Amino acid sequence: MDLTPTPSQTVGPYLHLGLTDARSVSRIAGDGTKGERMWLTFRVLDGEGGPVPDAMIELWQADSEGSYTHQHSSANGSPFRGFGRLATAEDGSCIFETIRPGCVAGPGETVQAPHINVSILGRGILKRLSTRVYFAGEPANAADPILALVPQNRRAVLLAQPDAARASHWIFDVRLRGEGETVFFDV
Amino acid sequence: MSSSLTQNKGEDPGISVAPFRRHELGTQPDYFYPSYRATRLRAPSQPLIFLPHTLSEVTGPVFGHSDILPHDQDLTHQHAGEPLGERIIVRGRVVDGDGHPVSNSLIEIWQANAAGRYAHAKDDHPAPLDPNFTGTGRTLTDNEGFYSFATIKPGAYPWRNHENAWRPAHIHFSLFGPAFVTRLITQMYFPGDPLFAYDPILQSIPDERARQRLVSQFDLETTKPEWALGYRFDIVLRGHESTPFEKPKV
Repeated sequence: MDLTPTPSQTVGPYLHLGLTDARSVSRIAGDGTKGERMWLTFRVLDGEGGPVPDAMIELWQADSEGSYTHQHSSANGSPFRGFGRLATAEDGSCIFETIRPGCVAGPGETVQAPHINVSILGRGILKRLSTRVYFAGEPANAADPILALVPQNRRAVLLAQPDAARASHWIFDVRLRGEGETVFFDV
Repeated sequence: MSSSLTQNKGEDPGISVAPFRRHELGTQPDYFYPSYRATRLRAPSQPLIFLPHTLSEVTGPVFGHSDILPHDQDLTHQHAGEPLGERIIVRGRVVDGDGHPVSNSLIEIWQANAAGRYAHAKDDHPAPLDPNFTGTGRTLTDNEGFYSFATIKPGAYPWRNHENAWRPAHIHFSLFGPAFVTRLITQMYFPGDPLFAYDPILQSIPDERARQRLVSQFDLETTKPEWALGYRFDIVLRGHESTPFEKPKV
């Protein structure tokens, strides 16, 4: 048998049918989850700055202590599964409720700043796009080993910004192409 | 910062992260593929930045039996009546790049009905909806990595990508595997479809052999006598680098 990984294909315009109509997860952290509760809004924009109304965002994150041990928590009923997914609305946005992740161990002796791992899928996206949400104003960003791989002049696009109008709300723009293009990672 | 590290339960900071193997050139589609029109405004223009795998990439969500409902794997029994069309069984095995089974892992599918129409508000193709067919399924692989769905063979349908554009019949597949980096969303096609050569979505995969991996095979062993034809569709997710500390191939 050929063990080359199976190629990716786009989710297409009807992804909702299979993935989000009945199976979206907007609440990553249920009641009783330890940590600083926050809301994170994504806005997905295309190469002309227009909203992408048929994309899907998936999130995977550490808990407030920087641990991923909840990976196996589906069996023990933990309120925190670290996973979320939502389709974007007509204006290209979607909003998750979660807790701010802790610092995560990095390669060698490094420490990764709080971050959320993001997959972006959609019509016109032939394979998953992957990025990370970091948080503006977080002191640990300065020593983050992954941010250090990103050219200085592009790092700002990876920082969620606090929403001036609403406490505990953060905003992260995903610009798929062109000016201010989001940094996507080869994972 | 250091306190959050020492609180990690059972995770050794900075070491013992086994990276996953990178894809070979040409075996996955490019992002920018202009004959698939929607990529023109949605494909990044900057090169991706190589990310060495950390705990964030080698872990991922796990789903269990509580995520599956009865009839989730039989799309022909989700309504009061039976759907129209050709009943089929789709069965296969999910393995990693070393041939090891990917067991107890979530697979989600969605598809058009036999007439080529999705039960989706935005599908305006003037083909009939089938009140007895939604076209969504979900299952977990078993201990050996096998899965199976009973469904209806989907129809081809037109799309507006180019003049007289038709998508070959396909079923969308979504898989998670064990890690953030093993996530795969793809499409399964049916053998011998004359539309393959005209479909930019399939043709976006440069390597011909890799494209063929998305074409299921008729399988007499999966075929149920007096009931349904069987198709075999095996899926390979990424495996680990051969040694945990080997430098990833760029």
